[in-house]
Amino acid sequence: MNRLGIIAVVAAAIVAVALPFFLAPFGIYLISMWTVLTIAAIGLNLTLGYAGQVSLAQGAFVGIGAYCVALMTQAGWPYPFAFVCAGLLCFVIGWILGYPALRVQHHYLAFVTLAFTTLVFLVLRNEEWLTHGIYGIDGIARPTLLGWSTGEALDFYVFSLGALTVLAATTWWMLRSPWGRAFVALRENPIRALSLGLDTRRYTLMAFAIGSSLGGLAGALYAPLVQFIEPSSFALGLSFNLLLMVIVGGSGYFFGPFVGALIAVLLPEWLRVTQGYYLIVYAAAVMIMMALCPSGLLGLAERAAKAVLRRDPPPVAPLRIEVTEP
Amino acid sequence: MSAVLEVSNLRKTFGGITAVDDVSFEVREGEILGIIGPNGSGKSTLFNCVLGQLTPNQGEVRVDGRVTTGMRPCDLNRLGVSRTFQLLQVFPQLSVRDNLILAGQEHQGSMFSRLIGHPDAGLGPAAEQMIAFFRLSHLSDEQAGALSYGQQKLLDAAMAFMAGPRLVLLDEPAGGVNLTMLGNLRDRLQAYHAQRNATFVVIEHQMEFVMALCTRVLVLAQGRIIAEGTPQDIRRNPVVIEAYLGH
Repeated sequence: MNRLGIIAVVAAAIVAVALPFFLAPFGIYLISMWTVLTIAAIGLNLTLGYAGQVSLAQGAFVGIGAYCVALMTQAGWPYPFAFVCAGLLCFVIGWILGYPALRVQHHYLAFVTLAFTTLVFLVLRNEEWLTHGIYGIDGIARPTLLGWSTGEALDFYVFSLGALTVLAATTWWMLRSPWGRAFVALRENPIRALSLGLDTRRYTLMAFAIGSSLGGLAGALYAPLVQFIEPSSFALGLSFNLLLMVIVGGSGYFFGPFVGALIAVLLPEWLRVTQGYYLIVYAAAVMIMMALCPSGLLGLAERAAKAVLRRDPPPVAPLRIEVTEP
Repeated sequence: MSAVLEVSNLRKTFGGITAVDDVSFEVREGEILGIIGPNGSGKSTLFNCVLGQLTPNQGEVRVDGRVTTGMRPCDLNRLGVSRTFQLLQVFPQLSVRDNLILAGQEHQGSMFSRLIGHPDAGLGPAAEQMIAFFRLSHLSDEQAGALSYGQQKLLDAAMAFMAGPRLVLLDEPAGGVNLTMLGNLRDRLQAYHAQRNATFVVIEHQMEFVMALCTRVLVLAQGRIIAEGTPQDIRRNPVVIEAYLGH
């Protein structure tokens, strides 16, 4: 990462810490939602942006994580244990969902994962004995950790921001390891990767499992944040929304999900003044953005920074992978 | 000299077409074997069967006496069988150095040890050495996609050598490379061969390249071996001339 990038990240971190002191409770709720969605989008960025596996199932994993935590904590299990279980459960299910990815690619894989999302939605809605069906689960308590209650909006934000920081740092570290290089190889040329000794099967499954696990952990924060969950929150719409965050932010850029989730959380709120037209405006804005910068906002920022710094012509390949940098 | 690679009675059919028809040969340690033949003679299919990319209908492949038929390419690679591709196959968005580290990183430790290990998997110096050997040092931080075609060909070959393989199969290394770069590539392959007593199998169209590089040549036509010998013998063999110029 160059100096400009480091300055931008540090500035963003300061804003993230200071911002809640200037916000009303609803504003704090929104930025808490941003941290939660960012975690889920980081997971999808790993699967899609780095390893190149298209997935429309990330929303379903958020749902599995949320239900796991809601049901376990209401059954009396401690929250930290339920949190870990949500991650592990989604890791295992993600690993299994990775198997189709070994046989199909691109839009076919999108269909497989789309079917999975629909399946999870139907289970959440129909298996009333477990999930309470369409009535959902309410009264989900915010956790108390080592005597620190996160019941207040600000406390919960601090907790979820902390979780985001730890999970993002872990992902960053993993992407800098030889695994990150292997994931990019999987995306760019799986056949060549295989001929260089890369066990592409294991890396593909691992990319799915870890990405899904981050989705589950996001869900484990989502449940106590909103305190009421129901199946329709985790239907296809959420998966598409997470996909949008990854693409708009910049797929394959480490900080892409942070930017994409911010847009996805804030833009609908800002557009509320347009009342009934906000979805139309939102959709149009996204379409224009994608036409102008297919590599996402960070791709655009990078092109701009390069133009200013070097006055070189823009590169042909729009993506630049963070892992390769020392 | 012992055989590094033994291929016996290999046959591969696609529908009604027999691409490789009962082919047997062996590659001895330290030799550079050329495989030539007209388009569609089955050279690439033969390569892909040997390398586990295709499963042969019949026959057996052995590496150092061990049967490898049906083995996955990644497992075969870790046994020391490496390859280059006919069409360029580098990772364009990784740097030249990362392309080489990637080519070596799966050959050591377990998947888990790679996760917790050093980002360059301890291969940084080895990668720089290989880059220097192929005279690409000034480009080691560049993205591979930004290199010229000839430079990418060199990188492709460097990647095949990175893990110190027992046997390297080169699929048309000279294809589409200009004459200067071709001389450069041949020079580097010969130097590597001389230093490490490495064993190569080369598929090639470019006759001069094969004649200058190889110690022994096999000629394939319609899926069968029709001639075998030193480059000089092959050049004069009427059967070979017929296969190339006939029709």
